[in-house]
Amino acid sequence: MTAHIFTHLDALESESIHIMREVAAECKNPALLFSGGKDSIVMLRLAEKAFRPAKFPFPLVHIDTEHNFPEVIATRDKLAADLGERLIVRSLEDSIKRGTIVIKDLDKPRNPYQSVTLLETINEFGFDACMGGARRDEEKARAKERIFSFRDEFGQWDPKNQRPELWDIYNTRVHPGENIRVFPISNWTEMDIWQYIEREELHIPEIYYAHEREVIRRGNSVIPVSRLVQPKPGEKVEVLSVRFRTVGDMTCTAPVESHARNALEIIEETAATRITERGATRMDDQTSDASMELRKKEGYF
Amino acid sequence: MSNATQLLRFITAGSVDDGKSTLIGRLLHDSKSIFEDQLSAISKTSEKRGMAAVDLSLLTDGLQAEREQGITIDVAYRYFATPKRKFIIGDTPGHEQYTRNMVTAASTANLVVILVDARKGVLVQTRRHTYLASLVGIPHIVLAVNKMDMVDYSEARFNEICTEYLAFAAQLGLHNVTCVPLSALIGDMLVDRGNNLNWYQGATLMEILENVEIDHDLNTTDFRFPVQWVCRPQTEEFHDFRGYMGRIESGEIAVGEEITILPSGRKTRIKEIVTYDGDLQRAYAPQSVALTLEDEIDISRGDMFVKSDSLPTVAKEFEAMLCWLSETPLDKNRKYLVKHTTRTAKCLFSRIDYRVDVNTLEQHPVAALNMNDIARVALKVQQPLVIDKYLIDHGTGSFIVIDEATNNTVAAGMIA
Repeated sequence: MTAHIFTHLDALESESIHIMREVAAECKNPALLFSGGKDSIVMLRLAEKAFRPAKFPFPLVHIDTEHNFPEVIATRDKLAADLGERLIVRSLEDSIKRGTIVIKDLDKPRNPYQSVTLLETINEFGFDACMGGARRDEEKARAKERIFSFRDEFGQWDPKNQRPELWDIYNTRVHPGENIRVFPISNWTEMDIWQYIEREELHIPEIYYAHEREVIRRGNSVIPVSRLVQPKPGEKVEVLSVRFRTVGDMTCTAPVESHARNALEIIEETAATRITERGATRMDDQTSDASMELRKKEGYF
Repeated sequence: MSNATQLLRFITAGSVDDGKSTLIGRLLHDSKSIFEDQLSAISKTSEKRGMAAVDLSLLTDGLQAEREQGITIDVAYRYFATPKRKFIIGDTPGHEQYTRNMVTAASTANLVVILVDARKGVLVQTRRHTYLASLVGIPHIVLAVNKMDMVDYSEARFNEICTEYLAFAAQLGLHNVTCVPLSALIGDMLVDRGNNLNWYQGATLMEILENVEIDHDLNTTDFRFPVQWVCRPQTEEFHDFRGYMGRIESGEIAVGEEITILPSGRKTRIKEIVTYDGDLQRAYAPQSVALTLEDEIDISRGDMFVKSDSLPTVAKEFEAMLCWLSETPLDKNRKYLVKHTTRTAKCLFSRIDYRVDVNTLEQHPVAALNMNDIARVALKVQQPLVIDKYLIDHGTGSFIVIDEATNNTVAAGMIA
């Protein structure tokens, strides 16, 4: 290997491709969860690397909260169309209409309810494996989750009862009714994602880059003004140069102040930043020290 | 940070008392990989527990279940990076499930940091950790003699521990050992050298992690390519394309080279090495690629491509060292599944030769295997597997055992 430089991105990429091919080969009816966010866009490129020149041996699936940023949904649709891959979208609104999700305040964050629609979609199509773009560096519950993570019929994760994962040999077997969540980019960090976006010149929603945006301050958070979040009496609307580090539910995703206008500048900012991705941007994860762990046990991915 | 950094995976072995969590916390903290919100969360907890300083070991505390019980229940993975390398730490807890967890984390590691307390020196558990590291074949071992502050930073004490340890390691055939004195609590010789160990001329722990040579951790000579997925686009443009996709487990391959397909034994040549980023002339482990062949041969997942001048063994019976991972003991009357590279086959355990006492390394005859047991066994498989000795090639020398009734992974095997 003396003449051949194998970087950490090459190593991570090769591992992810290997995982995706194992899923395709061993699972009967897999799907790739695709939201139009940066991690899932990286997943899409990895799937291209894993399966081209053929089509993906699985559809793309998005569970839409209807609380997403319009720029992200536009990117989602454009990328799926450009790649010529099948995109299945299921909306929380459908579950609300069915009565399987009951929400008191329709404008409150909807992440906790995503699991319901995801499980309904898994049942509708009979998926036995769903690949997601979650990373272990995001949160401490994720740090302990396997790459192939088993869920019972209720989609629940049992952290004390995980299968040991050795070498690069993955146990993909499930009983009927159970399914697996697979996280091919488990070992990637936020920095790796940005370096990969830069290296691969990936097109991601513009709101990841610095732009002027109307925001209001609530507590320690900066919240974007949107159709769902309007200033309350007494709150001041400011215009700041911001970017989003994550793009989830519009009502609970906070941007960070930034002037980084491309991936390279974001890499520099990420290297210097002193706050975790979720700590900076996800208000719903701050409610308790264990909120992600609890959501995962309920079937969240 | 440049993109041209390498990836190093390592694990730490030692109990809570050896300062393992403090060491990891210190590495993360001093390499500036801890974020303010994480630090403020553990500061609050430290304060709540009445500690004077921030307890860096809290950084590796994970799940609510663990925090309530004050234990670590699983392998957790941590990430940090320096301008030279990106690191993945497999963090394993120190209680009785240790063997199983350490073997799991060790299976992907380039390096292990074995911690000893300078006051206590080489203990039974140090020998256990070292034996497991040798069993799983971790390429590099660092003996970290921690708590040097508790022995007045004594050079003589450090040398005494190193001499004893190196003699033990040599018995196991381990020669790739580096010893470093340090104090994780104070921060000496982890990232910074500090002022207390000036007699020590060697590298700091971080320098070792950043510079240890890992290019030859994989077998670079024997080409092994298990077929993972057959790519047949069946489109106009790629009408006749038939690409054999997979990851090169070891060695390298170039266009035009002759390969043998196992287990059939048929020979052909490599026509193209296809990747999304363009065709290659040559590819190396651990790249994931697609190979096309000169001849049309019936090939499916589970077959293996090798070079004709370095052939592995095709066998239906073989011997292995086994680490039993499941709470349900091994039942010799039952059939299990073996997953080896991309092939899964039914198997029977025909013999348990002996169990290794991981503390004394003595061999004992046994009838059954329980969780955390390490044993020498003989297996029979229903279909032939294409194998190498684990010592020669980790990719083709390793396997997992699956219980068909529960679908659990019940054992890890290393072919002897």
